Amino acid sequence: MTTELRTGEAVAPAGGIVRSPAAAVPLRTPLVRRIPWTLLVFIVMATVPWLGSRYDTFLAAQIVIDALFAVSLNLLLGTTGLVSFGHVAYFGVGAYVCGILMKTYGVPFVIAFPAAGLGAALFALVSGYFCVRLIKLYFAMLTLAFSQIVWAICYKWNSVTGGDQGVPEIPYPHLHWMLSLPGCGDLSIGDRFYLLALVLVAVSLAVVHRIVRSPFGRVLTTVRDNPERAAFLGINVRAYQLASFVVAGGFAGLAGALYGIFSRGVFADYVFWSKSAEVIIMAILGGMEFFWGPPVGAAALVWLNQAITDYTQYWPFVLGTILLILLFVFPGGIVGGLVAGFRLIQRVGRRRLSPRHA
Amino acid sequence: MLEVQELRKSFAGFVAVGGVSLTVETGQIAAVIGPNGAGKSTLFNLITGHLQPDSGAVRLDGRDITGAAPHRIVRMGVGRSFQRTNIFPKLTVFENIQAAFLVHHGRGLNFWARSEALYRTETAALLYSIGLDGQENTIAGTLSYGNQKQLELGLALASDPRVLLLDEPTAGMSATETHETIRLLERIAGERSLTLLFTEHDMEVVFSIAQKIAVLHQGRIIADGTPEAVRNDAEVRRVYLGHREEQRA
Repeated sequence: MTTELRTGEAVAPAGGIVRSPAAAVPLRTPLVRRIPWTLLVFIVMATVPWLGSRYDTFLAAQIVIDALFAVSLNLLLGTTGLVSFGHVAYFGVGAYVCGILMKTYGVPFVIAFPAAGLGAALFALVSGYFCVRLIKLYFAMLTLAFSQIVWAICYKWNSVTGGDQGVPEIPYPHLHWMLSLPGCGDLSIGDRFYLLALVLVAVSLAVVHRIVRSPFGRVLTTVRDNPERAAFLGINVRAYQLASFVVAGGFAGLAGALYGIFSRGVFADYVFWSKSAEVIIMAILGGMEFFWGPPVGAAALVWLNQAITDYTQYWPFVLGTILLILLFVFPGGIVGGLVAGFRLIQRVGRRRLSPRHA
Repeated sequence: MLEVQELRKSFAGFVAVGGVSLTVETGQIAAVIGPNGAGKSTLFNLITGHLQPDSGAVRLDGRDITGAAPHRIVRMGVGRSFQRTNIFPKLTVFENIQAAFLVHHGRGLNFWARSEALYRTETAALLYSIGLDGQENTIAGTLSYGNQKQLELGLALASDPRVLLLDEPTAGMSATETHETIRLLERIAGERSLTLLFTEHDMEVVFSIAQKIAVLHQGRIIADGTPEAVRNDAEVRRVYLGHREEQRA
């Protein structure tokens, strides 16, 4: 069933199998492609503090931060073909670095935020050096082991991480200047931080998007598809896997830094392994073959989580069922399903048109 | 010039390659033949760095490349294709070849350029020369078997090798595809003055393009010379060619 759906989605009516928009759409760019979707989504997200409730802003912030976290994971999962079960470690390192710098040392956010990314990337360099020496399940297990080490350190190193008390009451960045912007006079500090996070995440996503489409990103896809062949192109496979691991770790660290401030504190719980599983679910649910899959998955999971918890305490059970159904019906995730549906409509539409053209 | 000297490799006591010496002159088309399990693929894997030899040496134009990592050997000018088709199945045909160019030109660590704009002309020219023009946007994994083999040859050629090793380039192909592939190989080897070393089961293919043939049997070379000499070699007829004819009869 899975394979049928996948081929069905890729086969174009002309007999050839095409992917480029120009070949798939002979007449003109369809309306759906001309809409600047990313800009639209950004604008909608930016209006949440004004149009939505306080709780909506809270959910939106969570979605935005998780979106960056999931995209950073997908650099490994979807682009490089590495299944990391310990991605939360880098999220956590970022959260602690930013939180400790701001709370304990009074470092301003403009320095603490990039420092969180660098710290996480540095830790990814050290742990990744060992992880990329293993393959597949062994790689996954080692990433999990490193994340549990990080968790244990966060939990026990009282003098620095606060142990089981964590690092509470991390100050917000200075965002008074935002109040003087037109229309922003009434925004609470939470709203203002949400807007800051939205902009930082948008910029980060743009950078990751650029990296995925760069020559480096292309090389990563060859490593994903066929590491043995990639080596015979002259690619140092481990070095590229490590580079990908470091970049992914760095962006996870940035997401963690935002999350620590958003939730007003950093606690050892954030680094627990179940969060790694959650972010994998986000990427798969949204569609790891697509850049926008993981953010969509993040939004879906956050929304589902709150919608279902309203009705039942058996949220994990319901989530599991939903995931099972979704993955059977749409093996390419939500975005994969949408793309397949859109192509189907297009094909039917073109078949209807063709007699008139002939 | 590719020189292999007294190369040995055993796996848990089984001698796969037992002291093989072989020289392929620059611009020569040479074939290694031998029955299944004779050690052909192991020999290739030893030359390209996929396996580490127990002893012996591999030299490329006098330079010792024995046991270097595969990606280093490629950068020194040794390309290869595989017995089992080995491409990047989820990428398009264009992306496959273009990735090879990106790596060959050392652009792999460029995090910022837009990759789709790079090496378009080179990629198009190479696709044309291997007969895959017009299939740029096809997902490589959905190509016909013969086309995948052509694409794999393209991947090896993109790194502009001086020496090309092909492991059964026509395995699994129809008669027509085989014929086309041989013509293609001959033309490309001529155009690029490549040193070509290949293994092959199909004796017709071997005797139609090889200028030199080495016969491998149980990990050792039992004959090495011109196609004529090898065809008339008594030992070869006994262990290999004759054996095959008997099988057919």
